[in-house]
Amino acid sequence: MITTIDIALTVNNLHYKRNVEPRMLLSDFLRHELGLTGTHVGCEHGVCGACSVLFDGQPIRSCLMFAVQADGHEVLSIEGLGTIDNLHPLQESFKEAHGLQCGFCTSGFILTLIPFLEKNPDPNEQEIRQAISGNICRCTGYQHIVDAVKLAAQKMPVIKE
Amino acid sequence: MKPAPFEYFAPTTVDEALNYLAEYGYDAKVLAGGQSLIPMMNFRLAKPSVIIDINKIKELFYIRENHEAGGLRIGAMARHSQLEHDSLVADHAPLIFDSMPNIATVQVRTRGTFGGSIAHADPSAELAAVSVALGGSFLLRSQRGERWVPAHEFFVGLFTTVLEPDELLIEAKFPPLPDRTGCAFVEVARRPHDFALVGAAAVVTMDNDERCYRAQLVFLSVGDGPVAAHTAVEMLGNQRLTPDLMRAVAQTAAKLDIDPGSDIHASAEYRRHLAGVLAYRALEKAYNRARGDG
Repeated sequence: MITTIDIALTVNNLHYKRNVEPRMLLSDFLRHELGLTGTHVGCEHGVCGACSVLFDGQPIRSCLMFAVQADGHEVLSIEGLGTIDNLHPLQESFKEAHGLQCGFCTSGFILTLIPFLEKNPDPNEQEIRQAISGNICRCTGYQHIVDAVKLAAQKMPVIKE
Repeated sequence: MKPAPFEYFAPTTVDEALNYLAEYGYDAKVLAGGQSLIPMMNFRLAKPSVIIDINKIKELFYIRENHEAGGLRIGAMARHSQLEHDSLVADHAPLIFDSMPNIATVQVRTRGTFGGSIAHADPSAELAAVSVALGGSFLLRSQRGERWVPAHEFFVGLFTTVLEPDELLIEAKFPPLPDRTGCAFVEVARRPHDFALVGAAAVVTMDNDERCYRAQLVFLSVGDGPVAAHTAVEMLGNQRLTPDLMRAVAQTAAKLDIDPGSDIHASAEYRRHLAGVLAYRALEKAYNRARGDG
């Protein structure tokens, strides 16, 4: 008999309660239980970065965590950023600088870059390439992604402490 | 690409975790950061019937100075993302600090833990090699009692350690570095953050007469676990560290102290070549730092 576990968590500022099998990956939970299919599943073993989301504000691979481990925590997926009419500056920059072609990897890139730009509001190219080194894109050759990040850094207001 | 079913426990104290380990032992796997275990479960290379998740055990998340003996103490659940920014690590175990940027990607470092990396014992693990080089030791606890195991005795083979099925890795302890000591970590990987093709960690202590008082040179990715270059390091004893001597030591280490394997990423011959180059770079950097110019 499979035991299931009750969990309660916050995803994109909404509270959810679900009953899940312990083996359910957080990536599958977001997609299949919550219908948030903007989190893409590429390699399912922590190499490609497509499934990256923010967990308590920090970037993680959602395929390398179980949903039960997110109990009591806060997740931000791409659906929690902008809307089609009101894109987040990073999304807007990816669009304007051609930072994507097929778009499969894009949500992982964007979520990884959010805490990065908060910490480094004015990054140089080396820092940007370092920041995205955990995300694989097979279309762009990365150059346009780097351009998009530079553009986003100009657009995003610097939060002064 | 989905894990096989398992029973899940998330204890909140070490004692509670040790209860589960005593009960399930061989059938259980301890889930720390999960950045190696979960991929193995996704591939079903690992199919534990019980998972003991130690992420809720608050008492295992710490990095502190060792007030009694000097040096540093690291709780098993200290995450890579904490270690890489912690000034205590930079001050008391600069070799660990030096190795951190090589460890995995930012997303993996958010979750990955010091203890998980040590207990997993991947032969390409940076933290295993630097623990041996620093003369660290690990505290293992079970309901039967606890013991301290020196890092060089902890790793016994490929993904194999002396941890018994009912034991939990609790913390790592690193002795204070003597004056006039320098450390360096270097590695070569296909991509930044990827598994090292070869890595080398060096710790060099000089005496007041500018001679080498003590040295350690440890490789990763050239054997079943961290490999200490015992033969080569003996050549350094009481010597002045000239570039020629360090080059000879590095070549000896690459020739006599390691037995690297071949795989799709690199041939044994290439790994041996890298080991010689990296050993020299690590020794030179450590030596310069020991003299205060690095």
